[in-house]
Amino acid sequence: MLSEDALKKIDREVAKYPADQKQSAVMAALVIAQDEKGWLDRETIGDVADYLGMAQIAAYEVATFYNMYDLAPVGKHKLTVCTNLPCALSGGVHAADYLKKKLGIDFNETTPDGMFTLKEGECLGACGDAPVLLVNNKRMCCFMTPEEIDKLIAECK
Amino acid sequence: MALISAINPLLTAGWQTGGHEWRMEKDAGWRLKDYEARGGYKALRKIINDKLTQDDVIGEVKKSALRGRGGAGFPTGLKWGFMPKAAPVKYIVCNTDEGEPGTFKDRDLLRYDPHSVIEGMIIAGYAVGAALGYNYIHGEIYEIYQRFEEALDEARAAGYLGGNILGSGFNFDLFAHQGWGAYICGEESALLESIEGKKGQPRFKPPFPANVGLYGKPTTINNTESFAAIPFIFNIGGENYLNLGKPNNGGTKLYSVSGHVNRPGNYEVPMGTPFATLLEMAGGMRGGRKLKAVIPGGSSAPVLPAEIMMDCTMDYDSLAKAGSMLGSGAVIVMDETVCMVKALERLSYFYFEESCGQCTPCREGTGWLYRIVHRIEHGQGRADDLELLNSLTENIMGRTICALGDAAALPVRSFTKHFKSEFEYHIEHKKCLVPPDVQYEGSKIYVRPSAC
Ligand SMILES: Cc1cc2nc3c(=O)[nH]c(=O)nc-3n(C[C@H](O)[C@H](O)[C@H](O)COP(=O)(O)O)c2cc1C
Ligand code: FES
Repeated sequence: MLSEDALKKIDREVAKYPADQKQSAVMAALVIAQDEKGWLDRETIGDVADYLGMAQIAAYEVATFYNMYDLAPVGKHKLTVCTNLPCALSGGVHAADYLKKKLGIDFNETTPDGMFTLKEGECLGACGDAPVLLVNNKRMCCFMTPEEIDKLIAECK
Repeated sequence: MALISAINPLLTAGWQTGGHEWRMEKDAGWRLKDYEARGGYKALRKIINDKLTQDDVIGEVKKSALRGRGGAGFPTGLKWGFMPKAAPVKYIVCNTDEGEPGTFKDRDLLRYDPHSVIEGMIIAGYAVGAALGYNYIHGEIYEIYQRFEEALDEARAAGYLGGNILGSGFNFDLFAHQGWGAYICGEESALLESIEGKKGQPRFKPPFPANVGLYGKPTTINNTESFAAIPFIFNIGGENYLNLGKPNNGGTKLYSVSGHVNRPGNYEVPMGTPFATLLEMAGGMRGGRKLKAVIPGGSSAPVLPAEIMMDCTMDYDSLAKAGSMLGSGAVIVMDETVCMVKALERLSYFYFEESCGQCTPCREGTGWLYRIVHRIEHGQGRADDLELLNSLTENIMGRTICALGDAAALPVRSFTKHFKSEFEYHIEHKKCLVPPDVQYEGSKIYVRPSAC
C-alpha cells in the first residue's frame, strides 16, 4: 500500500480534474507511487487503480505506455542521456560514452553496487544545452562535460 | 540588434521582439511581480475593462495573422472561431509536450515567462467561453512543471484565475498536467487522451477537438508559444503584430537553434528574417566550418542543403516553397563533418521508438525504415535499398491516423533526395564519405562560451 503522504499527494492531483474524471490523475499518481517505491510492480499499479476507482488493466496500460515509468527495479540513480541528433551534434554520444566507461556499464545496465542505471534517452527538449541528462526522471543536468559528469557522480555516491 | 532593426521599421520604432528575447537573455524574473512590472496582465485587464465581446477578441487575433507555433501553422483566430458558442462546457488546453527533436523554446517560455502563457490561456478562455484549462507539460522538464504550478498559485492568489476574474463575472481556472515520456502525446488528440488518463493514442479526425475534445467537450488546443503571443498581440494591436512579420506570417517567432553553431539557443526574430541573419545571431558556424545542411522546423521537417537554406527567409511560406516547413521552429544546423546517413539513422530510430503502434503502416513502417537506414550505415546496404526506402515512405504517408507516420517518412525522403550520392557511396563502398575521425571531431562535446 501507498503511504498516507503519497495518498495526500494523489488527492491533490485528483482535485485538478472534474469530479467524475478521477482517472485523469493516474499518470501523476503512478509517478508519486514510483517515487515512493523506487519502481512500479503490478501490485502497486493495482493499488493506484483501486484508489482512483479505475480498472487495474487501464492503469497497467498507462504504466506500460509511457517511457519514464520503471516496471523493473533500477539503480538508486537512473541516468538518462539524450543521444538524439541535435544533442549528438554537440557531444551527446561522447558524454554517454564517457559515462559508460566511467561506470563500467552499457545502456540499460545497472552497476553491481546498485547505485547507477544508464539509459539512452530521446529528446528531452533541451537540445541547446547539450549534452543533457536526467537524474531519476526529475532533475535535468545541462552542459555535461566530463568534469560536470565527474562532479555529478561524486555527488550521487 | 542593428541587424533586426534594418529588417523592419516597426522594430526601430520601439516594438522590439515579442518580448521574449530580452527576457531570455537577461532572465528578467518569472514571478508575478516581475511580469506585472513589465506590463503583464494589462492585456487581460484591458479586455475586461473595455468589455470586449468574444467576437472582438477573436477578431483581433485573426487580424494579427498569428499562426499556431506547434508545427502545423494553423491560424489561431480561425481555430478559436470554430468553437461552438452554445456549448455549456468547453476547455482550453495548452500543448507544452515539447518533444520534437531540436525544439526547446516552450521550456524557456515556461521557465522565464510562465505568466505570459497563463495570461494567454485566460484570454483564450474568455474568447471561447471556457471555464477550465490544462497545460500539458513534457514529462522530462519536471522542474519547469513545478515552477509553472507556483506561477498558477500566484495568479490564483492575485485574482487572475478562479471565480469572477477582476470583477468581470468571468470564471476560469487552470491546472498543469505532467506528461511522462511519450513523443506522440504532442499530437493534440493523443494529448487529450493522455489527460483523460489513458494511453496516448491519437484519435480519428474529424471530429476535431473544437467539436469533440477533452472529455468529449469542445476544446481549443494551442501550443505554448501561441498562447504566449496573445497578451503581446493585445498590447500592441493585432495589425501591428501582423506588420512585425510579413503578410500571412504575422509577428515574431522563437527559433531553437541547435547543432553546429557557436551559440546554440533560442532566438526571437520577426517572421521573414533571412536564415543567414539567424545563423549570424547564433554565432555563426562552429570552428568556422562549412554549412552542409539544415533541418529548419524540427526533426520531422525535410532537410535542406546549405545552398537552398541560405536563400530562405524564416517564415511558413518561404520554407514551404523551398520544399520544407517551418514546423516548430527548431533549426538543426549541420556542418561538413556530418555523415547524412548516420544522422538519418538516428532520426529514424527515434520515430521507430516513438510510434504508438496503433496504425500498421506506421508501427511496421518505422521499423523497416530504421532497419534499412541502419544497414546502409553499417556497410550492409543493398543496391535497391534506396528504392525500397522510397516505396516504404509511400506506403506510410497519408495512411495513418496521425501525422507521425509522415513525420517519420519526410526525413527519409528528403535526406535520400538531397544527399543521394552519399547514400549511394555508402551502399557501394560500405563506408562513410565523411572519414570517421572527421565525424568524431565534429560531434565532440561543445558548450557555448557563455554557458559555463
Ligand atoms: C507526432 C506529432 C507530435 C507533435 N508534437 C507537438 C508538440 O510537442 N507541441 C505542439 O505544440 N504541437 C505538437 N504537434 C502538433 C499538435 O498536434 C497541434 O497541431 C498543435 O498543438 C496545435 O497548436 P497550434 O495551433 O498553436 O500550433 C504534434 C503533432 C504530431 C503529429
Ligand atoms: S535532442 Fe537532446 S534534448 Fe533535444
